[in-house]
Formats: sequence, structure tokens, C-alpha cells
Amino acid sequence: MSHPRKRTIRLIVALTAAVTLAGALMYTSFSAADPAFTPSQLLYEAVPGRSYQLTGTVVAHSVKREGAVLAFSVRDRAGEASVPVRYTGTVPDPFKEGREVIVTVQKSGDRYVAEPNSLITKCPSKYKTAPPKEKHVY
Amino acid sequence: MPSLGFASMIVALVVCVYGIGASIYGVRADEDRWITSGRRAVYGLALTLLTAFIVLEIAFITNDYTFSTVADTSSATTPLLYRMGAVWSSQEGSLLLWALLSSLWSSLVLFLVKGRMREVSAYATAILLAFDGFFVALAVFYANPFETLSPAPVEGAGLDPLLRFPTMMIHPPMVYSGYTLCIVPFAFGAGALIARKVNMEWIRSTRRFALASWLFLGGGIMLGALWSYSELGWGGYWGWDPVENAALLPWLTGTAFIHSLMIQEKRGMLKVWNSSLVLATGTLAIMGTFLVRSGVLDSIHAFGGATLGVPFVILIGAMIVGSIYLVVSRRSLLRSEHKLDSMFSREAVFLLNNLALVGLCFVIFWGTWFPLISKALTGQQASVGPPWFGRYTVPLALILVLLSAVGPLIAWRRSSARNLMRNFTLPLLGAVLTAIVLVALGVTGKPPAVAMFCLCALVIVGVVQELWRGARVRSAATGQMLPRALVGLVSRNRRRYGGYLVHLGVAILFIGVAASSSYQHGLEPRLTVGKSAKIGGYEVKYVKPTASVTPEQDSTHTGSTLDLGAVLRVSRGGRYVATLRPTESYYDSGEESQGSVGHLIGGQPVSHIAMSSTLARNIWSAVEPDISTTRFERIIEVGNKTIPITKPEDGMIVLAYLAREYLKHTPPTAFNLKVQPLLNWVWIGALIIFGGGLIAISPPPRSVTRRVRARAARRTVAAERDLVSA
Repeated sequence: MSHPRKRTIRLIVALTAAVTLAGALMYTSFSAADPAFTPSQLLYEAVPGRSYQLTGTVVAHSVKREGAVLAFSVRDRAGEASVPVRYTGTVPDPFKEGREVIVTVQKSGDRYVAEPNSLITKCPSKYKTAPPKEKHVY
Repeated sequence: MPSLGFASMIVALVVCVYGIGASIYGVRADEDRWITSGRRAVYGLALTLLTAFIVLEIAFITNDYTFSTVADTSSATTPLLYRMGAVWSSQEGSLLLWALLSSLWSSLVLFLVKGRMREVSAYATAILLAFDGFFVALAVFYANPFETLSPAPVEGAGLDPLLRFPTMMIHPPMVYSGYTLCIVPFAFGAGALIARKVNMEWIRSTRRFALASWLFLGGGIMLGALWSYSELGWGGYWGWDPVENAALLPWLTGTAFIHSLMIQEKRGMLKVWNSSLVLATGTLAIMGTFLVRSGVLDSIHAFGGATLGVPFVILIGAMIVGSIYLVVSRRSLLRSEHKLDSMFSREAVFLLNNLALVGLCFVIFWGTWFPLISKALTGQQASVGPPWFGRYTVPLALILVLLSAVGPLIAWRRSSARNLMRNFTLPLLGAVLTAIVLVALGVTGKPPAVAMFCLCALVIVGVVQELWRGARVRSAATGQMLPRALVGLVSRNRRRYGGYLVHLGVAILFIGVAASSSYQHGLEPRLTVGKSAKIGGYEVKYVKPTASVTPEQDSTHTGSTLDLGAVLRVSRGGRYVATLRPTESYYDSGEESQGSVGHLIGGQPVSHIAMSSTLARNIWSAVEPDISTTRFERIIEVGNKTIPITKPEDGMIVLAYLAREYLKHTPPTAFNLKVQPLLNWVWIGALIIFGGGLIAISPPPRSVTRRVRARAARRTVAAERDLVSA
């Protein structure tokens, strides 16, 4: 077989393999992904038996320990809609009322049961919480 | 002082604009004076930014709360070491640090190439200054570190206690150094393509910078992992968080480049690939920076409420379009000088290694950016979790470890059957022996982990064999003892043997990752004093609670006001193993609305884990004391009502009372316990990788340099002679 032809065949085989692998990767990512919902979306669209990635802010005075279960409510970042969550597993240090959290949940009746150890909290260090004082820029 | 800092930033911006203009005019008009002036502008920029940084650092050290960023991220109660590091904990300070480090590395590379690669370095100067100018402009117009407060508060909010950890003081500068160093080869690669001077010189001149970026980025990633393991109270070191992934992406393409570069040096092949890798690495470094600062993806590390998305999108768009244009338009200059002779050659293995690394990079890139991709394609944001990443990264990691075993042992161009037999017999025996021992020990579950152990044995035996053979030959030639011959061997061939040590470290690290993730035991019991929990063959008994009050009593020196913890006794089969003392630290929030006592412990609580650590396993523990019971809440409530906010020392007395009550009436306490086999191998492997990288990057001894230079000079003379005779 001539050299240019050999190169073309090699290129076609390599490209086909790359496209097939990339296609498989993309397909599985869509089928394995959990939709990211805000509390208000979750209230209207969640169906039992499906996992959702809930993102929002922990409601003030909602955190309660009930044995091994940590119960708290999560509300929209800019809104009042909130959902109650029951969580078991490791609680990250930054978890606190008023903090933004991401947790994977499933609908169970009127509550949302979190997947164990799925709670992550945004690092509060990087939030600007400057007091509302007059600021100058030189 | 703020005005001096801000004036420095304005001067820095002007210097950037001038330097870009001078460099481009100089190279276009063929005026050396302007090219030199452009290079000196980079030195000037570094000095100006250093001035601005020192001003900000002094403000942090002296608690000058007229600076808004100092008031937001530092306080008098934050220990000095952490106040110094708090400079880069805010968006504003970290942008300044980025620009400063970039200008320092740019100055260094331009100083080293002074008098060489005139056109390439002129274009590179303009590109480097454009990046610096971009970050300085962001700091000036979007996130000014010298913004002031009037009136200045008497006390700052304090550095987040989670960041009060020694490695966190080094981690950000290391990652930023890695990112900024990625820009150096990018600038020279793009400069070489613009100037149409795509010979080996720009690669040789920036090779050490590419290696340094790889080293710093890798070191930064591992320090972040160590912080996560030691400080976040979850016992893991990698969570596939977008910001972690963002740092890994340029590291992976950088690793591919370091390998494929050798093929271009030795055989003049893969020029398009190498140029593309350099440009992709630089672009991924900027994308990583964008991800942290734009707030486009939910991450535990991202700067909250960040608004720098649009400028970054414009910059990244320009980098991608410019890179593609340059590579496509200069493709005729990037033709390979040779072709691949055989699939049984080092070139072929490096090529496969590059494909696997780029494949891994693509997988992680796709998973990281999937929320935005799914939003764009389906209108619904969705994300993939660790199981999805594991499905692809585990097989790719196995392939990479296999290739890292084969690469150093196989010959360039074509391997003979004899070469294969000679080099692979012992490593293969090592791998087979490992499999037999594992089966004999009953370690047969989790086949990917078992396969990883065997492949790592292949790497380790291969590297040891190469070191042994080299040392023996040197010992025979010089009459030195074997250990001295080994040191001499590594010292005289630093790039090669440094690389081998990196492979050794990678194998050790992956043994740790495979063992600790596949065979880990975890338990989250709630225990009362005197009760025990069983985990991984160990018994952990809650012996007694502990408590200490005031920052002076804080054994971790992080400025906590209250520490509550536990003494745990670990035993195995009735025999004492270790005593663990995990604690949870509470900090002053400075928020008066929480009350005179409440604010003293209202800040971010932080776990201080306790471990019994050996080469074979870690027994890891964290405690989560419960102070939300009625008894303790009542103490705080009464304290808030009776103690004036102006008397924090009286508030500390209430905390002392609370601590005493906690010791007397300890409620059931939540613990997080883990038994993790071989986890320390992860850190040991990382240290070996770092050491190997340092060896590979360090300049060879003078005698070797002299010999190489003499050889190059002889070649030049011979070439000139041939030219004359022709």
C-alpha cells in the first residue's frame, strides 16, 4: 500500500475512534447528569425517584439536629421560596445558616431527602461582606 | 498610602500600554532601541507592581482598615502569618498578586533571552505585557485593592478561619505562579509563529519555564489537596470541584507538552502538535483563572458575586481565535522533519501518552463545563458527579501509568526484540509477582485498584532497574562506590533521571490513591462519653470531652476563642493503637447583632482533625460538638443580655462557664471516622514528583554545560567549514 494512502487510512481510523469516544462521553454525561434546580424550580418540577442538584441559601433558624439527621431549609438566592431537606453524612465546616449550599436531593412526600455526603458549601472566605459604609476610590 | 498604591497601579497600566507599543513598533520598524525599551518596560512594570503589593502588604500587617480589602479579610485577632497571607484571599488582592507574579516571571525570561531571538522576544514581550495589562486593568477598573473606607472600622472582619492553615499561605502563590508561568511559553510560542521563526530556540529558551509551570501548578494542586484533607472535615483530598479541575487541565496539557517536546528535540516531529499544546496550555490557564473569578460555575472555592466574566470571555475568545489562526496560517513552517519509524519506539509511546493526557483533559474539561454546556443545549443546567468522572478517568489513569512504565524503557526510533527482552523482563516479573502477592493476601476485590498496583510495580521496577544499571556502569567507569555513582549519574543527567524520579513518584502516588479510595472504611457515629464505635477492624472509644477558651489557649494558633473536642482511644483486638484529640474551633465573627457573647463564637467553626498516621494506614477523625442544646443556648442568651458588647473579656468568662458546663454535661457528639490504607503514599509520591521535577529543572553541572557548549561550537565550526568547501 502506498504511503499517502496508509496515512489517510490511519487518520480516518484515528478520527473515527476519537469521534466515537467523544460521542460516548457526551451521551453518558447527559444521561448521568443531575439537573441543577433552585428551590422554586424544585417545588414545581420535581418528581419522586429522580435526583436533583439543589442550590440555594440555608434559611435562618431552620437548622436542627434530629439524631443522625441534619434538617434544614434551602431558599432561592434571590427569593423566598424554600424547601425542607433532610441530610445525613459529613457536614462541611463552612455549613451555616445564610450560606450558599449545593446538595443532591430526591423528592419524598413533601420533604426532600439528600444523598448522604453530597452536601457542599461555598467557601465564605471569598465573599465580600463589606459593611455598607461610604467607599472612596482614589 | 492607598493613594501611593493606586498611583502605582495607574503607572503600571501606562507602562504596559507603552511597552506593547514600543515592542511592536521596534520589531516592525527594525529599531533595536524600541525593542530594548519594550523589554525594560517589563522590568519597570515588575518594580511598579512590587511597590503596589508592598503597600498592600504593609496595610495588612499594620491593620490599616482604611483599606476596604483589609477590613474585609483581616483583623487584629488574625495571627500575623495569616494576616500576611490574607492579601491574596480577596478578589482584589489576588488580581494584584497575579499581575505581580506574571511581571516577575516575564522579567526573568526576557532577561535570560536578552540579545537572542530578537523578533520572537519582541512579540513575546508585547503579548506578556498585554496579559499583565489585562490584569492590572481589572484591578484598576473592576476590583481595586486600594479602595478605601470612610470612616475606617475599628476592627476588621478577619481572615476566614478555614484559610488559617500553613499550606494555605503557600497554595495560592504556587497555583498563580503555575498559571502565570504557563503564559511564558504561550507568549514565546505565539511570538515565534507571528515572527515565522519556529526553530528550536524558542522552545529551548522557555522549556524550563514550561517545566516550572508544571512544577508549581502540581505543587499548588497537592497543597490544596492536603488542605482539603486536613481542614475541611470530610476526610477526602479530591472532590472533582470545578476550581480543582481548572488547575488540573493546564497541568495535563503541560505534562503532554513536556513529553512531546522531546520528540521535537530529538526527531523534529510533532511541531504542529507542540505549538497547539503550548497555546492550549496558556488558554486553559486563563480559563482556570476565569472560572474562579466569573462565578459562572458553582464551586466551593469561587469568589462569590464575582463580576469579571465579560472581560475574561473576550480575552479567552481572542486567545482561541488567535491561536487557531496562527497554527493554521503557519502550518507549512511546522512540517515534521521525520516520520514515525515504528509503533515499538519511544516516539510512539510518547504520542500515545499525549493522546491519553489530552483525552483525560477533554473528559475533565467536559465534566467541569457541563453545567454551561447542558444549559446551552437543553435550556436546563445539569451537572455530573464524581461517579461520572471516575468512569473515564480511572481507565485513562491506568493507560497513563502503563505508558509511564514503558516510555523510559523502550528505545528511540525502533525497538528490537532483544531490547524489549532486556528492558522489560524484570519489570514484568515485578508486576506479575505483585499480582500473585495480592491474590495470596486476598486483595482481589476492586479490579481497577489491583490493576493499578500491578502497573505501578511495573513502573517502580523499571525505574529502579534503569537507576541501578546506570549507577553500575558509572561505578565501573569511575571506580566510585555505588551510592556515590548513583548521585553522580543523576547529577550529570538531571533532565533524564529527574524525569524517572517523577515517574517513580507518580507510581507511588497512584498506589496511595487506588488503595485509599478503594479500600477505605468510613463511619459517622454519634457517641456519648465512654461509648465505642468499630471501624475497619479498630475500636474507637470516646474517652472524654475537652475544652479550652481564649486565643491564648488555642493549641492550633489560629486565633480561636473556644475549642471543644474529644479524646479518642483507638485499639485493635484489645491492644492500644493510638490516642486521638480532634477539636472544633470557634471564632469571633465581629458581628454585634449576634450579641456580646454570641459573636465571640459566631464566626466560621473549623475542624482540627486528629490522625494516627503510618505508612500502612491513616486513622482519621473529626469531631462536631453539639452546642445547640437548650442548656448551652441559654448560657449564651443570658450572657448576651447581661454582658455589654464593649466588654469582650467578660464575654470570655461566659465562654469559660459554657466550656465547663460542656465538660460536665456533654451531649451526644457526632464524629467522622475513617481508616484509609496507604493514604500517606499520596503525599510521599507528590514529594518525590516535586523533587524529581526540581532535579529536572535545575541547570546541569558546569563541566557538562562546558562539554555541551564545546560540542555545539564544534558542530558550528564543522558546518561553516562544509559551507565554505561547498
